[in-house]
Amino acid sequence: MTQHLETGFDPKVEGRDVIVTSVDAAIDWVRKNSCWPMPMGLACCAIELMAAGASRFDIARFGAEVMRFSPRQSDLMIVAGTCVYKMAGVVKRVWDQMPNPKWCIAMGACASSGGMYRSYAVVQGVDHFLPVDVYISGCPPRPEALLEGLMAIQRKIAHEKAVVNMKKGNGPGISKRISGPIIVRGEYAPKLKG
Amino acid sequence: MNLQTAIDRLKVRLGDAVSSPAEFRGETTLTVSREKIVAACELLKKEGGFDMLTDLSGVDNYGEDPRYEVDYLLYSLAQHCYLRLKVRVSEEDMVVDSVTSVWRGADWHEREAFDMFGIRFRGHPNLKRILMWEGYPHHPLRKDFPLAGIPAELPETAVNADTVRTAPMLGGPFVTSSGTRSSIRREPRQFDTLAEQQEKLTHPTKKESV
Amino acid sequence: MTTKHEMELIDSAARAQQVMDEEMAGEKMVLNMGPQHPSTHGVLRVVLELDGEEIVNAWPDVGYLHRGDEKIAENMTYTQFIPYTDRLDYLAPLANNVTYAYAVEKLMGMDVPPRCKYIRVICAELARISSHLLGLGSFGMDVGAMTIFLYTFREREKIYDMAECISGARFTTSYTRIGGLAKDMPPEFVPMLRKFLKEFPATIDEVDKLLTRNRIFCERARGIGVLPKDVAIDIGVTGPCLRGSGVDWDIRKSHPYSSYEDFDFEVPIGSVGDSYDRYLVRMEEMRQSVRILQQAIDNLPDGPVNSPDAKILLPDKEAVLTKMEELIHHFINVTEGINAPPGEIYFSAENPKGELGFYIVSKGGGTPHRLKIRAPSFVNLQALPIMAKGHMMSDMVTILASLDFVMGECDR
Repeated sequence: MTQHLETGFDPKVEGRDVIVTSVDAAIDWVRKNSCWPMPMGLACCAIELMAAGASRFDIARFGAEVMRFSPRQSDLMIVAGTCVYKMAGVVKRVWDQMPNPKWCIAMGACASSGGMYRSYAVVQGVDHFLPVDVYISGCPPRPEALLEGLMAIQRKIAHEKAVVNMKKGNGPGISKRISGPIIVRGEYAPKLKG
Repeated sequence: MNLQTAIDRLKVRLGDAVSSPAEFRGETTLTVSREKIVAACELLKKEGGFDMLTDLSGVDNYGEDPRYEVDYLLYSLAQHCYLRLKVRVSEEDMVVDSVTSVWRGADWHEREAFDMFGIRFRGHPNLKRILMWEGYPHHPLRKDFPLAGIPAELPETAVNADTVRTAPMLGGPFVTSSGTRSSIRREPRQFDTLAEQQEKLTHPTKKESV
Repeated sequence: MTTKHEMELIDSAARAQQVMDEEMAGEKMVLNMGPQHPSTHGVLRVVLELDGEEIVNAWPDVGYLHRGDEKIAENMTYTQFIPYTDRLDYLAPLANNVTYAYAVEKLMGMDVPPRCKYIRVICAELARISSHLLGLGSFGMDVGAMTIFLYTFREREKIYDMAECISGARFTTSYTRIGGLAKDMPPEFVPMLRKFLKEFPATIDEVDKLLTRNRIFCERARGIGVLPKDVAIDIGVTGPCLRGSGVDWDIRKSHPYSSYEDFDFEVPIGSVGDSYDRYLVRMEEMRQSVRILQQAIDNLPDGPVNSPDAKILLPDKEAVLTKMEELIHHFINVTEGINAPPGEIYFSAENPKGELGFYIVSKGGGTPHRLKIRAPSFVNLQALPIMAKGHMMSDMVTILASLDFVMGECDR
């Protein structure tokens, strides 16, 4: 039974069904394509998050449709909506419950910087107490912008040194090329046609 | 009975405690004195047919005396008409009788007025803060409170070191390791109190190694 | 001997039962549900007292999304506050915009042209359909019917496309202005709406077929979360929750605003007041909204869309750039805001969640002295302890879904 795998390498050299790569690349590839989000849907951005998960924008293409509301089973926390001081302790607690490796997206203007709510009750950005990896601007950002943010997280994960991190007991975020948070400009995300 | 009859009957029963009606854009407002508000509400509900309390809000007229006012918006389902009652509350004695005995729905509205202004409602079953957290020291909607807020102590989460009991198998052989060594150390349930966490982290015992 | 042994056994069995009863009677578990929970539809925290699986008491705890809208309103002009109204009931932003615009116009004592009223009706009814679709979708998803969520979101995407066409934003539209609209309806909108109205009833029928006679859905929703009529009125519940309990009251019929008196539609009323009734009321309201939309788009009057009072609305840009008076008007309108007369008004409209009301106290000038938002979800949530008592833990999810509240509006 002959099966020819189209993987872009010469099977006669390495043998059938064998790919040679670095452990880092393999682990990063696995992690980035199955990033299970933990939707911390607080306000209006949660509705666009749900729309991104629905059939038109389909976050499932990126492996992220499994919206695990349990922090123990998720990798990526998407803070979608205004975080108020009363809720901040809860968000921090849920973040602490997520196991490593974990990443955080601050979706929308309110999560990034307090948005248009410059008032006594609103935390001016969740980065006051969470280590945010990607900021997505917009009020609310279109689902395409959220997908762009997700792709930015995937780019970030792809450049991580996974093995070194595991050995040293460090969390993720120590990557070769992309080290700081990425800011996704929501209005420049390409729009779907039709 | 219609609106005018209800107002007339109210004036007959309560006399001076009720002012003459003020009209603006088709709406009628009566100012009622603080002592008689529950009696007025009861009368309007039972005989006037105002069976629904649509809204109860506080207003801060900074610079006037009396400074605060509480506005009650009543609605009659049968007659399809609104009526507003206004009670003036002075800053020195910010207490009004609660109307929860008349309409159940006044419960949360009064809590909100207490939370935002500090107006206390005598006879309320559960006068606690509702929108801000327990223990927040200020009343945000007062005119002398700045929009950007005054720094205050953050709220405790409901499940924290003080409220949680020791899990019987804590520290035992069945601790799951979810992630790397550092994440185990960061797990909040691992330790009972913050003091214990800090102590264990600075002096790790041999059992800690994974 | 046997008798004594038997007696001992009977006694010990009775004793065991007595001990169990005494112990069990004191064993009530307090369970915390939320604020981060998949079924709480936003950041609502409910503290439940459970006796085994049965709910003895439920205390909702709100305020986890309190953003200080009312304080912000005291620092903004009336026009600057319009984007904040979008984010109140964020499932139906167009409806909030319409209600707020009418409230400030009532304060100003001004009227808008008929074309504006009809377009506002179209916006409000589209928002109603959008909100009920999401309510239904989440209800289905929480009860276990995942498909409904995807079907309803597909239809909501069509409404988003229409909102984007008319206002520029899918979602938080900020479409109305005091005295009119941001801009007139573009010509592409009408064929989009007609196409939607042709295709949408098929989706409601599809959802109907999947859910209404579904054995599992009926078992989960019938008899769950009964809200008696007098209790509902006493609490001040409004909207589909009130109509599901059997009270015939709809602001569109009792205090018609925005030319609703021109339209021919019916108001569905429930009989029992359980979750199933509220579901049916929402389904039928969507069909009636389609009816209203059809009439509105067929009879849309021509004419200007903004009120002619130049002092309230921003004048034409060409005039602003060339003439002195219009430039001054534009400047004053933008910086100081419209000049409202002193006084206080209350205006409420039939929003998808219930009666959304704005109580505006003005002491003159461009910013309100006090703007109280009478949020339907804030009042409706008070009914939760009454509806939940005696049901099981998993019925809590159904009750929350059938109440259909939004925390953005509840907490403001």
